[in-house]
Amino acid sequence: MSEAPARGVTRTDRERLGPERAFRAICLIALVLPLLLLAVLVGRALVQGWPQLSFSFISGYPSRLPQEAGILPALVGSAGLMVLTVAMAVPVGVGAAIYLEEYAPSGRLTSLIEVNISNLAAVPSIIYGLLGLELFVRAMSMGRSLLAGAATLALLLLPMVILASREALRTVPHSMREACYALGADRWQTIRRVVLPTALPGILTGIILALARAIGETAPLITIGALTYVPFLPDSVHSPFTALPIQIFNWISRPQPGFHVDAAAGIVVLLAIMLLMNGLAIVLRARYQRNACS
Amino acid sequence: MPVGSPECSRDLYRPRPASERIIAGALLAAAAVSVASTIGIIGVLLTESLGFFREVSVWRFLGDTEWTPLFAQQRFGVWALVAGTFLTSVIAVGTALPLGLLAAIYLSEFASARLRGILKPSVEILAGIPSVIYGYFALAFVTPALQRVVPGLAGFNALGAGLVMGIMILPIIASLSEDAIHAVPLSLREAAYALGGGKLAAIRRVVLPTAISGIGASVIIGVSRAVGETMIVAIAAGQQPRFTLDPRVPIETMTAYIVQVSLGDTPAGTLEYRTIFAVGMTLFLFTMALNLASHALRKRVLKGGLL
Repeated sequence: MSEAPARGVTRTDRERLGPERAFRAICLIALVLPLLLLAVLVGRALVQGWPQLSFSFISGYPSRLPQEAGILPALVGSAGLMVLTVAMAVPVGVGAAIYLEEYAPSGRLTSLIEVNISNLAAVPSIIYGLLGLELFVRAMSMGRSLLAGAATLALLLLPMVILASREALRTVPHSMREACYALGADRWQTIRRVVLPTALPGILTGIILALARAIGETAPLITIGALTYVPFLPDSVHSPFTALPIQIFNWISRPQPGFHVDAAAGIVVLLAIMLLMNGLAIVLRARYQRNACS
Repeated sequence: MPVGSPECSRDLYRPRPASERIIAGALLAAAAVSVASTIGIIGVLLTESLGFFREVSVWRFLGDTEWTPLFAQQRFGVWALVAGTFLTSVIAVGTALPLGLLAAIYLSEFASARLRGILKPSVEILAGIPSVIYGYFALAFVTPALQRVVPGLAGFNALGAGLVMGIMILPIIASLSEDAIHAVPLSLREAAYALGGGKLAAIRRVVLPTAISGIGASVIIGVSRAVGETMIVAIAAGQQPRFTLDPRVPIETMTAYIVQVSLGDTPAGTLEYRTIFAVGMTLFLFTMALNLASHALRKRVLKGGLL
């Protein structure tokens, strides 16, 4: 395209094509390489854990013998944690989001709260564990219980829930709110009857994604004292507990190779659960986007 | 209930000022929980750290390079743990930055919209895998594979853990860098093309330098994430605090130390117990500083100071 090279032009089109194609290939390799690596690693875990994956594994209890080990207390613990965490994090998180989006006057206090929330999102999860240890386990005397674990996780998830809920609330068109006000509704009636139900799928998606993160959290739970060897089912919110990632961690820490097979099997179960949760969130989001256009 | 229906409009005509204030108050209280969270974190860390520093002077903490609080001969040099955190984080970012940046360039400059729609969420998957699973991968698969190429690589080491951590933080760098690159105005790119540069030259000389603040911010956030990461290093990097830059030997990071003590039965209120808060405070300060730096960088981008 260029004839004589003017100042600033160094190459012809044809000379440029080779290096450009090579660079494009390098970039694509850089993108695909980690994905391939992950696939290989997950595949190896699947192969390694496969012999142990059975109904008795899912319904059994941990044992000193690797072949007899099961993850039932871990599954029950994780399930209990998720239920309690949602019960604590959702009202507070959605409530805070509603306040920030619908009620808060724009000013210094509101900006302070917003900056604070984004800072909290960046705090390492183990620090939340330390907070939970001092505040819930010791100061509020909850002990190393499911309740303390759930409270700690709820604080950890709070910034995520608030941010996702605010996003969902923002997608509700202002015209809907103004229509309600025009009919004489006050702010809470508008929120309760119109805004919240419209934003609900987006909020639910955010909650499911936050839960998918919480189910894999290990460090804060270890810090507040979740046990790593729990051959019993938790019988109340005050009882000691374990969770699936902690059980996996316990098996990894054991020297016998049989326990590594258990760990791999546990990993497959955990990944399957997370796949389900993320899939659910994706389906919800797709449904929501379809309805939002109508 | 739809806005236009008769029951709805009948209800809507009743003004309820008192309950409105109560509700607003309750919602404000919910928002205040987040503030209480921060106050709680700082309060807890400060109280126990001050208790720690009443017994161990700050000079012993900052002036020593050996960390042995659980041994008979107690040394409290936090730099041993900081070195471990530093080493693993550097290896992680060293892995994630080149791969993530190139991936970001591909996504924003070369990929079609449909391809981006598939590849971008796929990269996000890397960030969604629980870190305990990554730790297992590092210990059981990556380290043995590396041992075949790296002489003298121990079973627990910073290299394997750091590499896997890099894969975990790659989506952060890729995603934020892609946003930064995407934000470079089309006019600048077209000016580069108009001058006869090709795509490569435009990327190298115009797009990347313009996006550098955003890319820098993404790197800082990636570092912050790596510094705060616990399970990968607790599983694969070792439990031997060591002031070294050798990636082949076992080390211990700040986060792994906290896990180590939490797994044991150190009674509350003792000096050993307080060490986890002193270390936690150090960790908190580091990540806060990194987050402030990334905020400052991103403000520079938003202010229109792309140049």
